[in-house]
Amino acid sequence: MTQSNENQSSVSVEKLKWMYEQMVKIRYYEDQMVEVYTEGKKPVFNIGAGTVPGEMHLSTGQEPAAVGIGAHLKKEDTVTSPHRPHHHAIAKGVDLKRMTAEIFGKETGLGKGKGGHMHLFDPEVKFACSGIVAAGIPHAVGAAMAAKMKGKDWVAVAFIGEGAANAGAFHESLNLAALWNLPLIVVVEDNAYGISVPKKSSTSVDSNDKRADAYGIAGAYVKDNDPIAMYLAAEEAVSRARNGQGPTIIEIETYRYLGHFQGDPELYRDKAEVPGLRELDPIVKLKEKLIEKSTDEKELDEMEERAKQEVDEAYQFARDSNFPAPEAALEDVFTS
Amino acid sequence: METAKKRILTGNKAMAEAIALEMERDSNVFVLGEDVGKYGGIFGSTQGLIDRFGAERVLDTPISETAFIGAAIGAAAEGMRPVAELMFVDFFGVCMDQIYNHMAKIPYMSGGNVKLPMVLMTAVGGGYNDAAQHSQTLYATFAHLPGMKVVAPSTPYDLKGMMISAIRDDNPVVFMFHKSLQGLGWMDQLDASVEHVPEEAYTVPLNKAKVAREGSDVTIVGIQMMMHYAMEAAERLSKEDGIEAEVVDLRSLAPIDRDTIVKSIKKTSRLLVVDEDYLSYGMTAEVAAIAAEHALDELKAPVRRLAIPDVPIPYSDPLENFVIPGPERIYEEVKKMMRS
Repeated sequence: MTQSNENQSSVSVEKLKWMYEQMVKIRYYEDQMVEVYTEGKKPVFNIGAGTVPGEMHLSTGQEPAAVGIGAHLKKEDTVTSPHRPHHHAIAKGVDLKRMTAEIFGKETGLGKGKGGHMHLFDPEVKFACSGIVAAGIPHAVGAAMAAKMKGKDWVAVAFIGEGAANAGAFHESLNLAALWNLPLIVVVEDNAYGISVPKKSSTSVDSNDKRADAYGIAGAYVKDNDPIAMYLAAEEAVSRARNGQGPTIIEIETYRYLGHFQGDPELYRDKAEVPGLRELDPIVKLKEKLIEKSTDEKELDEMEERAKQEVDEAYQFARDSNFPAPEAALEDVFTS
Repeated sequence: METAKKRILTGNKAMAEAIALEMERDSNVFVLGEDVGKYGGIFGSTQGLIDRFGAERVLDTPISETAFIGAAIGAAAEGMRPVAELMFVDFFGVCMDQIYNHMAKIPYMSGGNVKLPMVLMTAVGGGYNDAAQHSQTLYATFAHLPGMKVVAPSTPYDLKGMMISAIRDDNPVVFMFHKSLQGLGWMDQLDASVEHVPEEAYTVPLNKAKVAREGSDVTIVGIQMMMHYAMEAAERLSKEDGIEAEVVDLRSLAPIDRDTIVKSIKKTSRLLVVDEDYLSYGMTAEVAAIAAEHALDELKAPVRRLAIPDVPIPYSDPLENFVIPGPERIYEEVKKMMRS
């Protein structure tokens, strides 16, 4: 299923602006992270060294999935995310300062420095992520169960990569969510690679929305990394979930501009691939669309400035924060 | 009132009663797992609940342990208090990622900002010819991993009181119940599986061992069936040999109650640890290490251990009886220790 141009024009300019600003924020956040991540890792790359140590999976190019559905979510809706979580977190409204401090390993971080970039938890806006592929889907199922038990119209969204659709948790969770008619939306971000393995070498169907048939639920496919088409597919899915009509799988064709993780030599793809993808950039296209809809360019500049300022402040907050006391490692195993 | 007849319950009825009381008290408590509905749990721990609370709060799940244990985690993060049943602990292999990488670690990784008030109850133990994939206890496998409270009550009274504590606890609790102590009609009927259980709700702490029998000559530490076998051996030692064994029912594997263990060793100066789990890297080693670290000077004899000798649980009677410690072996071991 793809959205017609007619439907595309039905999306309000306000929503388009919101998505644009979020996408700019995400892009700028990740661009900053690319730079910060190299601090202390030159001339010799050592993953455990520098301002931000450890693995780093960035979402540059994958913004449309996060903002297209994020535009329909409220604070009470749950989002679970995998190892590449920054775009989802930002679109869900996770506290950017505390998120960045967590990635810097600081005591002011969301997890007081115990989680890091793959383990960001912000219960204020019901956001969680996991470094284990597909593991967040059942958590979203549980959040959807809780919403139903409490008689609320809240929904739960599980973001996964296309590689996760081949994990057992995907099948178990979707069967359960379909069986219990839960308000669950699984968003499959097809960035074409599971680390290095192309989708066609790992997946028996060409798109995972087709797997919705196996569970008797709705499926939607969004091509060309299009945030507006994503918005429209998500609108239907969220409305279905809020109205007790069960789960949806949305697969979106998206682009991973960077390696699987920072430091990935990317020997598995042609050098020309990424520049080609960047030609199709969704942020540039959405900006053109907004100008076409006679949005004042000055207003767009202001939005960009605002987004960047928020990101800059978050990074500064993280830099200025203290590291936790070493013995704090012994706290928070159990709550009293 | 002395003549009032005391109510006797089996282990599984005591557990089901505990869950029912908590479901009545708190609408956030619900049960999910395989065959927990009409069947009442393969080992009876949810019997009668679906009739009282309906299918919305007592949910039969598909055979999808990753999905339903993961869903319990997701629901607990939303403030629900799920009680999920993993039918046999041996099935942990299909869902350990949810148990260990998520249930146990999310509260810590979130810096304590996410609480997971959930119970994962599961059946443990062998001795009834169910072979290698349905007879383990895996006590130490779970107790080794930080982030979960791991308890294994040995009596109907404790099954009820510790289940109530587990449901009210804001941390994930792995609640291991022993199949032989459930009082099932289709297993060996053990006296230890029935006893007086008060009708009202009460709690038993999740971090305290219990001295099940006082003694002055030797301390025997065990849990569940091994504790009951230790009690049998202790009675015989007293009657036939004049040896008074003190039996410590560990009850909780994590956290482990070091104080009660050390206090008993200081009293008796001898320690035997008995376990229905594998010998190496297990509970017996942990208790022996506690003795070495905190009471070495008090010991008059080397610490002795009885456990499954690092083989999978075999099927055939003579083989299974050989690997699982019993009262006779405990009796003989204590006699040997007293000679040294």
